[in-house]
Amino acid sequence: MLAIEAGFARGIKGPIVESLSHDILIIGGGGAGLRAAIAAAEYNQKLDIAIASKTYPMRSHTVSAEGGMAAATREYDSLDKHAFDTIKGSDFLADQDAVEYFVSECPREAVLLEHWGCPFSRDPDGRISVRAFGGMSVKRTLFAGDKIGFHMLHTLFQTTLKHENIHRYDEWFATSILVEEGHASGVTAINMRTGEMSSILAKAVVLSTGGCGRIYKFTTNGWIKTGDGMALAYRAGVPLKDMEMVQFHPTLLPNTGILMTEAARGEGGYLINKDGERFLKRYLPGKMELGPRDIISRSEMTEIKEGRGFEGPYGSYVLLDIRHLGEDVINKKLSFLKELAEKYAGVDPVHEPIPVRPGQHYIMGGVNTDKTGYTGIPGLYGAGEMACVSINGANRLGSNSLTECLVFGAAAGKAAAEYAMRQSMPHLGNPLQGVAMEEETRVYDQVLKHEGGERISSIRSEMQSTMDESVGIYREENGLSQATRKIGELKDRMRIASVEDRDHVFNTELVSALELDFMLDVAETIAYSALYRRESRGAHTRTDYTNRDDAQFLKHSMAYWDHGRPRIQYSPVTITRWQPEARVY
Amino acid sequence: MATRSQGVLDKMTKESGVETATLKVFRYRPEVQTEPYVQEYKVPYRRDMVVLDALNYIKDHIDGTLSYRWSCRMGICGSCGANVDGEPKLTCASFLHEFKGKEIKIEPLANFPIIKDLIVNIEDFMEKLDHIKPWIIRKEETPLEKGEYRQTPEELEAYKQFSMCINCMLCYAACPIYGMNEEFLGPAATALAYRYIADTRDQDHEARFPMVHDKEGVWECTLVGECSVACPKGVDPMLAIQKTKILGATQILKPPRRGK
Repeated sequence: MLAIEAGFARGIKGPIVESLSHDILIIGGGGAGLRAAIAAAEYNQKLDIAIASKTYPMRSHTVSAEGGMAAATREYDSLDKHAFDTIKGSDFLADQDAVEYFVSECPREAVLLEHWGCPFSRDPDGRISVRAFGGMSVKRTLFAGDKIGFHMLHTLFQTTLKHENIHRYDEWFATSILVEEGHASGVTAINMRTGEMSSILAKAVVLSTGGCGRIYKFTTNGWIKTGDGMALAYRAGVPLKDMEMVQFHPTLLPNTGILMTEAARGEGGYLINKDGERFLKRYLPGKMELGPRDIISRSEMTEIKEGRGFEGPYGSYVLLDIRHLGEDVINKKLSFLKELAEKYAGVDPVHEPIPVRPGQHYIMGGVNTDKTGYTGIPGLYGAGEMACVSINGANRLGSNSLTECLVFGAAAGKAAAEYAMRQSMPHLGNPLQGVAMEEETRVYDQVLKHEGGERISSIRSEMQSTMDESVGIYREENGLSQATRKIGELKDRMRIASVEDRDHVFNTELVSALELDFMLDVAETIAYSALYRRESRGAHTRTDYTNRDDAQFLKHSMAYWDHGRPRIQYSPVTITRWQPEARVY
Repeated sequence: MATRSQGVLDKMTKESGVETATLKVFRYRPEVQTEPYVQEYKVPYRRDMVVLDALNYIKDHIDGTLSYRWSCRMGICGSCGANVDGEPKLTCASFLHEFKGKEIKIEPLANFPIIKDLIVNIEDFMEKLDHIKPWIIRKEETPLEKGEYRQTPEELEAYKQFSMCINCMLCYAACPIYGMNEEFLGPAATALAYRYIADTRDQDHEARFPMVHDKEGVWECTLVGECSVACPKGVDPMLAIQKTKILGATQILKPPRRGK
């Protein structure tokens, strides 16, 4: 017997029939969004908080984080050490006031997560265990086996369930931010289950939609990482900061792009070339496998270029060797890596080294915010990978991003709560109603109804190839310039692309089209920001401008939406106590 | 549109000798057709392809209307469950070569209402999850300044496997009891309830007893064990159910609790 969902009328047209409202609306239910919700809920139990997410919260991409979360919790460590490691890792592009705030909040957030039930790995004395991580000068990465993201996400999600003032819109896709007289007043969103569009009004909106890795073809990121919040904020007038700063992680499985955690090297794993050498001795003699990701990824590329890589069906690669750690350590601390290597690469890392190559993993850039998550548009906040405070500058250190979600998720949730307490609820009169109707027309009468255009998958594929080839690890003027033109062309083609699925109920193809539309805007800001940053810094490596140029480029790129195209301006970097110096490891 | 693309692929594979795999996919599109139907697709076969890759190939190249959930493609987000050849599986973790030479039947997870194609309604589980209070309950909060609650590796081990549930719903699709009685609390929710009950940081284990020992709770389970077989993450929900039953049996010897 089939149990079929009842109640779906044929050919539902999605009129904006209802206007839903909450004090605070959070878009995105991953680490940052859930933490923001809890912070707001705890700030005032009378606040009505809602999380709208295009997936069930426990599916969010935070789930895939593996290695751990950084916090200076041990007696041998200090906030200054954590701050300096982060700033040096960022190639001095991080805002140092933001980093100082960040590191000072990390230990508290770690303890909170532990109190909420996160099943951290433990030392024999019962303390949370710590491991070494790339670019960190001491062991400060707290971990839960090699599934910190999964455990953090489920712990946060399950903790939100105890708060009766947190409501959810699961599988709702936000299409635009409603801005009234300069204030963020809510969003338009599609209830994917019914295909109806609604306005969800709010006194304050927090964006926490994660990164945009799916702009690239070879990425660790899940399917849902399409830069939605970045595009939403950008179109609403918030600049996207340092978008050229894209992180390429050194150890992805060559076929699928599945991540082999940095914890493998944190625990003592080696990177090996064709000659059996630990080749990092040439590039990072002081750090070896515990160097920062940008330098290790480039080192792998150099090895491959100079003929010391391996050739495989999915491109050139090097080896990640953890055999010497022994089966016991691998089973206890790297069990997920083992499972993934066995399943997706056919390699048992206890007995064989794992083929790996670098690929897209994270974006340091994002929606410009201050330390409280404020975007500059009253009522609009952002946090997590989507945002750029910036603590990561030109290169993020592994395990800082998980604590970043907590620290700035909490800050944004609290700031949104404070703001919402002072505001009155917007209502769906003019002009909001008109804006919402226009959005409905765009989605249902245009995107959904175009006839005879090409498939969105071909446009997506060309965008991804362009980004991999021209806006990847190595970049130069001509390639970047071509990439900006290509993305412009793809945007034109996207305007008349067709979706085959014309249903309203759970139209994943329509959502993909809207996501691709977002990704093209975001990709364009990356390409333009990369084109104009004529220096090499952190992860941004220009083969035609190979040196860091503090005189001209110790500043943040700011991409503003200007009639559909990015206009790049610059803003200063905040230096507090650490003057830029040569970044040598 | 769909048939044209499939025709091109058929011709291409015939001429080049590319191996193909055949998927027979359950379709249900409530706005188009009131009854479900089965649609056959041929996709190029590679040994290292998973069922999800095949679905994505169909979606991108053959039929944009085919609908399913997915995200991480590495067996951790729990989105992509489906019945593959009758067994509940993560489509990202089922390799085509396991079905070499056969038509592969892809259906939505059993025991759930179907929204569209392979997308099922899991709201029932979401309510059950909420119901079992899946959070640490403290009678006294310790100030954050005192640091983490200490927990030894052995204490962690007592509940760790039950914290590995990714909420993928494979165990519910496998459970014959849930198939007959949707009121049954079921494997994952019980495993998660036990995960908190067995956590040394939790100070009110009994708060969850009314739910797990309800008439639709653990006592409904007849120890078929299909849940533990189906779990892709090595969680043993049947063991959690057993352990919860034992806790309940000892509880019966105590005076009844008042209130809820």
